[in-house]
Amino acid sequence: MASKRSVIPFGPQHPVLPEPIHIDLITEDEKVVEAVPSIGFVHRGLEHLVTKKDFGEMVYVAERICGICSFGHGYGYVNAVEHIMGIEPTQRAKYIRTLLFELSRMHSHILWLGLMADAFGFESLFMETWKHRERVLDMLEWATGGRVIFSIMRLGGLRKDVPDEILKSFLPELDKIEEGIRACEKAFLSDPAVLSRLKGVGYLSKEDAISLGCEGPFLRASGVARDNRMRGYAAYKDVDFDIITSDDGDSYGRCYVRIQEIYQSASIIRQCIEKIPDEGIYVPIKGFPNGEYMTVIEQPRGGACYYVHASGKKFIERMRVRTPTFANIPALAKTLQGCDVADVPILVVTIDPCISCTER
Amino acid sequence: MKISKSPWLLHYDGSSCNGCDIEVLAATTPRFDVERFGIINTGNPRHADIFLCTGGVNSQNQDVVRQIYDQMPDPKVVLACGICACDGGIFKDCYNILGGTDTVIPVDVYVPGCAVRPEALIDGVVKALKILDEKAEKMKKGEYRSLTSDEYAEKLYGDPQEAVPEASASGDKEEKNAG
Amino acid sequence: MLDNLEEIEYNGLLNKIKEVRVDGYVIMQICATKIDESYEVLYSFGKDYDVRHVKITIEPGTHIPSITDIFPAAYLYENEMHDLFGIEIDGINHDYKGGLYRTAVETPFA
Repeated sequence: MASKRSVIPFGPQHPVLPEPIHIDLITEDEKVVEAVPSIGFVHRGLEHLVTKKDFGEMVYVAERICGICSFGHGYGYVNAVEHIMGIEPTQRAKYIRTLLFELSRMHSHILWLGLMADAFGFESLFMETWKHRERVLDMLEWATGGRVIFSIMRLGGLRKDVPDEILKSFLPELDKIEEGIRACEKAFLSDPAVLSRLKGVGYLSKEDAISLGCEGPFLRASGVARDNRMRGYAAYKDVDFDIITSDDGDSYGRCYVRIQEIYQSASIIRQCIEKIPDEGIYVPIKGFPNGEYMTVIEQPRGGACYYVHASGKKFIERMRVRTPTFANIPALAKTLQGCDVADVPILVVTIDPCISCTER
Repeated sequence: MKISKSPWLLHYDGSSCNGCDIEVLAATTPRFDVERFGIINTGNPRHADIFLCTGGVNSQNQDVVRQIYDQMPDPKVVLACGICACDGGIFKDCYNILGGTDTVIPVDVYVPGCAVRPEALIDGVVKALKILDEKAEKMKKGEYRSLTSDEYAEKLYGDPQEAVPEASASGDKEEKNAG
Repeated sequence: MLDNLEEIEYNGLLNKIKEVRVDGYVIMQICATKIDESYEVLYSFGKDYDVRHVKITIEPGTHIPSITDIFPAAYLYENEMHDLFGIEIDGINHDYKGGLYRTAVETPFA
C-alpha cells in the first residue's frame, strides 16, 4: 500500500529554537521526504537603513544584525569600508579585533552546545555549558563593557583600548573554560545516550556540502577543509592554527568540530595576548568611501560576505550581508530529506541557525 | 496563595537581533537563575502569566504577538525587553518595523538596554510580579480585566484594526479564564 | 575595486554562469544594487579561497533568467532579489512567488 503523504508544519514558534523559522515537512509516515523552508518572520529591512544612517553609524547597525555574532558583523562591514577607503588599522587594533572575534566564536559555540543539549533533552548539560559561557561573557564585558553587543568597533580602529592587565587576566579564565568544556565534552562525544541521538543522524556527503554552498562547521564536519580565517584578515596571518575537520558528516561530526574549535579559539587568544604590540588603536579617517568591495570572513557559523557599494557620499548606496545560515538552508533542506520526524529539531539545531542574521 | 509565587513565563522573539533573546535565556541559567522566583519558562501561552516580548513588532508577526497575548489567561503582565521592544530602537526607521511592543498590545513594564542585561531583566520581572499581584487582587473584587488586543487597538487608534467581535466584555472574560 | 570582476550583458548571463560552473566554482551570493534608475546584479562565486564576480546591469522591468538550473542552491538569493527589488526572474526551481520576505512595503529597495 502506498504511504499517504502529509505535511507537518515545523515552527515558527518551536520550543527548540528561541527564534522563529518555519519549515514545511512533507512526510510519509514517520519519514520526511521533502522539506520546504520559509523565512521572513524577523525581517526588519536593516540593509535599507543605509539611506538614513551615514557610513560611520552603519557600523552600529551592522553589529545589531545579530546578537550572537555581533562582533563579526561589525568587523565585516568595517573591513569592507576600510578596504574601500584604503585605511590600514594599527597592528594593536587588529590583534584586539582578532581576540574579540575569537571570544565571540567561543561564546557562540558554547551557546550552541547548550542548545544542542536542550534539543536532545539533556537539560542539566544545557545548564552546565551555559555556566561556562558566562565566563566568556565576563571576559567580553571586562574588555568592552557589553555582554552580547559591544559597539567597540569603529572605522579606522577601535573606540577604546583594552589594557594589558585585562588581557593578562584572560589567561587563567581561558584555562578554567577549557577545563569545564573538557568535562562537558565527555558527555557530548562519548555518552551512549547522546551518541544514539547524534551518530549517523543527518548525513551530508562532501560533494553535496560543496555543491550546495555550505559554510562553516557544517561544511567542515563533512570533511572539507575550508576556513575563511585562512584568508589572513585581521591578525589571523600572524597566529598559528589548523583547520578542524571531521569525516563523519553527521551530527556527531558537527558537534566534534565545534568543540575542537572552542579549544582552538582559546589557543588563538593566548597567541594574541602574547604577541600584541603596544601602540595606538585608531587611525583617523578622511572623506567618504567611494567604490565597491566584498569581504569574506569566518563567522562562528561559517563564511559571511559583506558587500559595500559606495559612491563618495555620506550615505553609502548598498550594504549587503550574506550570512552563513542563509547559505546553509539549502543543505539543511537536503539533510532533512529521509530523516525521522523526531530528529528534525536536532538537525535544525546542528546548522546552528541564526534567523535574525538570515533575515536581517 | 499569591500568583506571584509561581508565575510562568512565555518568551516571544518579535523581530529582535537575538541579543535580548539570548539574555532572556541566560537569565534562566545558573548564574542569574530567574527560577529562584518560582518562574518556569513555558512554551504555551495558555499556561503563561508573564509575557516577555523582545524586538520591535513588524508587519509579519504583529498578529502572532496579538494572538499570544489574547490566549494568555488573566491576570497577565507584559514585559517589553530591550530598547527595540520599548520603542523600536535602532530599527525604528526600518520599513518593516511598526514600533515597540506597545503598538499592538498593552505593556506593563519597559526594560531598556541594548542588549537588555539579565540583571535588568530580573529587576523588570520582579516589578512585573508586583503588578501581577495587584491585578489578581483587583480581579477578585471584580474591578479589573485586561484589555484584549482589539480593545487596545481601538483605544490607541480610535478605530479597531479588525472588527471587534460582538461578544460582551464579560463573556469574553469567562471564556479566557476557562482557557 | 572588486577583484576578478567581469561585467557582461544580461543576455550572455547563462553562458557565463555555465563557464563559471565548469571552472569548478560554486555560488556564494547574488546581490542587487539600485544605482540611479537601473539595477546592478552581482553574482559572486567561490572556489576554495578564490572569489570571482559577474555583474550585469539591467533596466527596471527586464526579466532575467534564473540560474537555478546551473546552481540549484541559488533559489533563496533569487527569491530575495525578487522580493526586495522587484526584479523579475524567470524559471526559479523553488519560486516563493513573493512570499520569502513578507514586507510591509512592496519591493522596498526598488
